[in-house]
Amino acid sequence: MKTFNYHSAKDVKEASKLASSNSAFLAGGMTTIPSMKLGLASYKDIIDIKRIKKLSGIKVSGKTVTIGATTKHSEVASSKDIKKAIPSLTALAEGIGDPQVRNRGTIGGSIANNDPAADYPAACIALDATIHTNNRSIDAEKFFRGMFETCLKSTEIIESIEFSIPQKSSYQKLPNPASRYAIVGVYVAQHKTGINVGVTGAKSSVYNEKDLVAALTKNFSSSAIDNVKISSSGMNSDIHASAEYRANMVKAFAKKAVDAC
Amino acid sequence: MASLVGSRVERKEDKRFLTGKGRYTSDINIANQTYAIFIRSPHARAKIKKVDTSKALKSSGVVDILTGEHIAQDKIGGLIAGWAIRSEDGSEMKCPANPPLAKDSVNFVGDPVAVVFAETLDEAKAAAELVKVDYKVLKAVSNLVEAMDSEAIHDGIDKNLCYDWLLGDRQKVKEAFEKADRIIKLDITNNRLIPNAMEPRACVIDYNTASEEITCYTTSQNPHLSRLIMSAFGGVAPENKLRVVAPDVGGGFGSKINLYNEEIVCSWASKKIERPIKWVAERTESFLTDTHGRDHITHAELAVTNDGKFLGFKNETIANLGAYARVFGTVTPTYLFGPCATGVYIMPAAYSNVKAVYTNTAPVDAYRGAGRPEATYTIERIVDKAAMELGMDPIEIRMKNFPTEFPFKQTLVHQIDSGDYVAGLNKAKEMADYDGFAARKKESESKGKLRGIGVTSYFEACGIAPSPVVMMLGCGVGLWESAEVRFNPTGQVTVYTGSHSHGQSHQTTFAQIAADELGVPIENIDVVHGDTDKGTFGMGTYGSRSLTVGGIAIVNACKKIVNKGKRIAAKMLEASPDEVDFKNGEFVVAKSNKKKTIGEVAFASYLPGVRDEVKSPLPEGDEPGLIESSFFDPANFSFPAGSHICEVEIDPETGHVKLDKYTAVDDFGTIVNPLIVEGQVHGGLAQGIGQALYENAQYDDSGQLITASYMDYTMPRADDLPDFNLGFTCTKATTNPLGVKGCGEAGTIAATPTVMNAVINALDGKEISLPATAEKVWKACKEMKKSNAKAA
Repeated sequence: MKTFNYHSAKDVKEASKLASSNSAFLAGGMTTIPSMKLGLASYKDIIDIKRIKKLSGIKVSGKTVTIGATTKHSEVASSKDIKKAIPSLTALAEGIGDPQVRNRGTIGGSIANNDPAADYPAACIALDATIHTNNRSIDAEKFFRGMFETCLKSTEIIESIEFSIPQKSSYQKLPNPASRYAIVGVYVAQHKTGINVGVTGAKSSVYNEKDLVAALTKNFSSSAIDNVKISSSGMNSDIHASAEYRANMVKAFAKKAVDAC
Repeated sequence: MASLVGSRVERKEDKRFLTGKGRYTSDINIANQTYAIFIRSPHARAKIKKVDTSKALKSSGVVDILTGEHIAQDKIGGLIAGWAIRSEDGSEMKCPANPPLAKDSVNFVGDPVAVVFAETLDEAKAAAELVKVDYKVLKAVSNLVEAMDSEAIHDGIDKNLCYDWLLGDRQKVKEAFEKADRIIKLDITNNRLIPNAMEPRACVIDYNTASEEITCYTTSQNPHLSRLIMSAFGGVAPENKLRVVAPDVGGGFGSKINLYNEEIVCSWASKKIERPIKWVAERTESFLTDTHGRDHITHAELAVTNDGKFLGFKNETIANLGAYARVFGTVTPTYLFGPCATGVYIMPAAYSNVKAVYTNTAPVDAYRGAGRPEATYTIERIVDKAAMELGMDPIEIRMKNFPTEFPFKQTLVHQIDSGDYVAGLNKAKEMADYDGFAARKKESESKGKLRGIGVTSYFEACGIAPSPVVMMLGCGVGLWESAEVRFNPTGQVTVYTGSHSHGQSHQTTFAQIAADELGVPIENIDVVHGDTDKGTFGMGTYGSRSLTVGGIAIVNACKKIVNKGKRIAAKMLEASPDEVDFKNGEFVVAKSNKKKTIGEVAFASYLPGVRDEVKSPLPEGDEPGLIESSFFDPANFSFPAGSHICEVEIDPETGHVKLDKYTAVDDFGTIVNPLIVEGQVHGGLAQGIGQALYENAQYDDSGQLITASYMDYTMPRADDLPDFNLGFTCTKATTNPLGVKGCGEAGTIAATPTVMNAVINALDGKEISLPATAEKVWKACKEMKKSNAKAA
């Protein structure tokens, strides 16, 4: 690991001020630290934001669940309030990584990193999330730009993520047998305002599967999915799953999700 | 005192392992140590044009940088193949030189070229980045099928062929096949595996400038053998100036049998730079450079009669050796594979033909089971295929071909001393509720799932020995084992063994044996292993040999102690040795109440005299002290056997295979500690299941390992496995006084075919290659659906 300057920011303003194009914010460090250790990434400044109290915590209102950026996966997984409002979200958090990862990894880190196989981005899409940063609020569909890419600026910090509470929802994932990241993860949510099918793992970045949305809007049942054709073009392909398999699994896991709703 | 052999004594090792107090190689630090980082080839095959260390040598904290040139200048020898195998035409196998640091060419990704020693690990890493190696990259031979038609990797080794070996009689097989009603044919790939011991390899070297002795702490399954090879072939130091210590070792599975480049290089370099050296592999280095396992391509044929009798068997196999032939590399696909390929059956004629070839991949060597899993997979898959083609029940066809009389002369090599294969399969059938399968299948189908059942019956030849036989077959050393048992004057016992525990719990099992033999409480017995300065020589632990060979050496040494004790006790009690019985730690004169405990006898043996009188408890001719040793070379291998049955449930929508039930019935002869044996079976099963469903080492065309991390190499996990249903039958081995057979590899040997037979059964006989990953199974399900639709 190359040497770097370590800063522990006391508030968001200080953290943002310290940031540059050659810095990284450190929350759980679940991606940043391994990347640095493997020599895949190096930074001049590491800005630790874990001590900023404002960034952590869970608030549940009648219509939304708001989770602070540095809230750990284990805190979401064990939150009774979230479980009551959106049980699929606590289930998702419980299925991330392993206990060590869940005890350190944060929701803000997961979303800012936008790993194509991460779980939380699918929740953001399905649950019409709004991502609140230190200077704006962004709709989830605009937030995720591409593989490991978001619309965040280098000095911008996610403060919280606000999820809409759906009428019913379920997240179903086919884990990669080696890494347990999602080969395909499908988050189906039915809101009063409409249906979302957030898909992770399948393509270079999370997306809302519009054909499934259309089919489920007509008829919210797993049999409605049977006749939808999911194209394998643009799907990821690797030693664990071909594009064709992934395309079929989007369908299979969407059906499982609808059945579990 | 109740016998400890047979009881579930809790592992003496667990306290330190579970409380983080194990002392592994990387826990050892020597004052003033330097840190080593190896510069490894990023190419699978290349010529080395130039190694430029000038810039790196000036880097902060660098102590020295050594290359293949230095190795050559100092005439340090390379790594070796431990077994010489002859081809069918009588010619000797062909092995390339394997210098510890490559000088002229590199032959797999990870092949070490140079090494940096620096004051800190970070400085060593930084300097390593500055070492410039100029390569001329050549086309890699990465594909096993094409290896024999590719350019020769090593000068003078045509077709990349190490040997073309035959065991058996081609003519007899031809005649048997002519008489057959039906020939069953099967093509299989035995997937390549990476052993993945939890503890990566490491070594810490301490050169003593005063005594000129090198101490090498290392992660080895056989420290004595490592010393021998490092001295005799490496020329690093004479054996008496070389001490090899393998402290707690976190798993080996065969990958730590070999002496590796790093140990030779660091031992040699420590003397050269007169500084201690520490090297610990990173996980990627483990993936790239630990010896891999399996990797065969086999075509097998089984000749049968219409009523399911086997007439003959043959297999043509290409085995991947990787870039170089290592210690067990050449024997694993031959004598550890060929003889077992006819399985537990009466097979009137058979042969195994194996071509071992070099490729630009990591060396392939013994991995838990070593040859026997590949053999068992071949025969058990083809037997199942035969049952299917003949419309027979898989249990029925096996029963029909089992031997029922022992000793049983197995077709190709082995004289199996004992066994009862019928009893084992019957017990497995009952424990697995085989007859209830049809109902469970129906239930799965009602949920839209497929269910399959798989059966395997296996035997294996382990407890590798006797020396005259293995040396006749080409082994470079004798495979006996030694023990020394020392009574202290105050009554505790230290047992020294030449075998090595890297998870096998010798400290418990061996203490149980010694406690029974000597009548001493187990708490008073310590087992010492893994240090060439402590105890006699040893051959180490692999091939399930610790108990059947090393354990018996302990028994024999204990018996010598008891014999000497008898003579001393007789003299002390003024009786004849013939009148003295030894039981529960006491020497008792027959028909009297005169007795001495073994502790009293030990005390007397060390303090042989009394005040005011010239009187010794020692009979004439006996020396003071109570220490005995034994070298045990058994009369034969040991032959555990068993039958396993498993059930899988498949989700045709996703291809996910759920391992639902697993029953294993094994015959390990006498079981010393059921708790430990069950643990061995559990671990073995997990690895065998790993091969069947998850694990697969893959190289791309350019010879890059594309499964070089846990992100891509799938290990089996606890939540992939069902509760194992274990049972045992017992026929005692007749070749050792305890009646024990090896148990360490059985699970790995049987599990892979058992699971695959179940998966293929669920798929109505549709062949699928190892490992049965979700996507492959999903595709098979889709095709099945299509063909069923057509049929309807």
